[in-house]
Amino acid sequence: MSSKIIEELYYSKNDEWIKVENDIGTIGITDYAQDQLGDIVYVEEIKKGTNLNKGDVISTVESVKAVSDVYSPISGEIIEVNQDIIDDPSIINKDPFGKGWFAKIKMDKPEELDELMSASEYSEYRKE
Amino acid sequence: MSDNDLLLTPLHEEHKKLDARMIPFDGFDMPVQYSSIIEEHHAVREKVGIFDVSHMGEIEIKGPDALSFTDFLLTNRISNMKDGSIKYSPMCYPHGGQVDDLFVYKVESDFILLVVNASPNFSAKDEKWILEQRNNFDVNIENKSKDYGEVAIQGPLAEKMLNPFFKGDLPLSDLRRFKFIFGKLFDKDVLISRTGYTGEDGFEVYTFRASDIINIWSQVLKEGENFGIKPCGLGARDTTRFEVAYWLYGNDIDENINPLETGQGWTVKFDKADFIGKESLQTIKKNGITRKLVGLSVPQGGIPRNKMEVYKDNQKIGFITSGNYCPSLKKVYAMAILDLPYTQIGTQVDIIIRNRPVHAEIVSMPFLAPINRR
Repeated sequence: MSSKIIEELYYSKNDEWIKVENDIGTIGITDYAQDQLGDIVYVEEIKKGTNLNKGDVISTVESVKAVSDVYSPISGEIIEVNQDIIDDPSIINKDPFGKGWFAKIKMDKPEELDELMSASEYSEYRKE
Repeated sequence: MSDNDLLLTPLHEEHKKLDARMIPFDGFDMPVQYSSIIEEHHAVREKVGIFDVSHMGEIEIKGPDALSFTDFLLTNRISNMKDGSIKYSPMCYPHGGQVDDLFVYKVESDFILLVVNASPNFSAKDEKWILEQRNNFDVNIENKSKDYGEVAIQGPLAEKMLNPFFKGDLPLSDLRRFKFIFGKLFDKDVLISRTGYTGEDGFEVYTFRASDIINIWSQVLKEGENFGIKPCGLGARDTTRFEVAYWLYGNDIDENINPLETGQGWTVKFDKADFIGKESLQTIKKNGITRKLVGLSVPQGGIPRNKMEVYKDNQKIGFITSGNYCPSLKKVYAMAILDLPYTQIGTQVDIIIRNRPVHAEIVSMPFLAPINRR
């Protein structure tokens, strides 16, 4: 596959990534996911303060031709939301691992990270 | 149907070379996008784009009764058409619902070409319907969808880009909207019409040997490079047609939706002799329609999709037929069939998107004026 993968992140089977700094996890969708969706034109509002269980829907994104839920790969509280992607969803297509992040979560159960994939595992998982 | 059973257009290999994303559509394996639907959309609005529309069907009606038969078959008036002209028309069932909507090309009084929507097995649905209506008309009906290739070249630079490569009785600059001529494009025999489904200026090019379209596709992409041409997929075909509120058969119109409900009323000529659907449509007109196709502005909350329900004060009043983000307007709009009392401009309604009511307002259509109305 030709899409980009970043080494130090954790990956979910639903094509979310999480970057961990202490007990805070930043969540986004992968390059593969944005490429599959195509031009993203709508991101459903993400509510700060929401408590999530791993696997809960954090937002829904829509492209011209597709709709996809984004799931939280980890349990915790949403402490920060990237308003920029809601105002201009194309940021996700342009920079999925950077400016296109969705939310920061204060993790309740960091041990859940063990159930996620490493970059090399994710690369293998999405190999076409 | 598995993907292996999908039909391929003559340009299938070209789409693969361009790394297009393919989807099944009306029985064909078709490109939905090459680069980005939005970029392809802007190419059509601002410069020029080329679409593979070889999936469309071509049905030839030949013989002494070609005109009178087509007039009986369709709601629009065909008898007064001039050679080399084109008309849009619904094709109705006796109950007034629509078999299809299509374009009528009048070649000569004994030769009419119908360009119909794709449906599985080379537009077999239209072919079957038309054959069943022949009765005593002296016509020969032939489905030539396999033989014809077709591309649409659309956008403000289309004429300038194509003109040097066309040889015919007229230069393309003198070909007016809804007219067609025969000639040679890149040395291939073609029928070329000043028509399209994007709301922009442009041409639709038909070859009589399907494989001839491959050369035209490649040459147009090569010669169009200086004009900023992009190959465009079904995604951009949908966003461009949607902004100018051109109906899409299967979404905005179908066998249960009659032309008086959709704004196609101007194509129903009650003063012509008998035609299929006339009696029902006359009754519907006399009693008044009960629902109508309207435009909706959807400022936030997601993108309405086909079949989503529309409510007013907790009461279901209709359904979405099409909805999309409009790249040229940077806003979300929808089309819906709503009960007549709720179709006034300015009426506030709710669309149910993912189990939540999303606010929308009835607005006039089209959302963007097509070229002939700017």
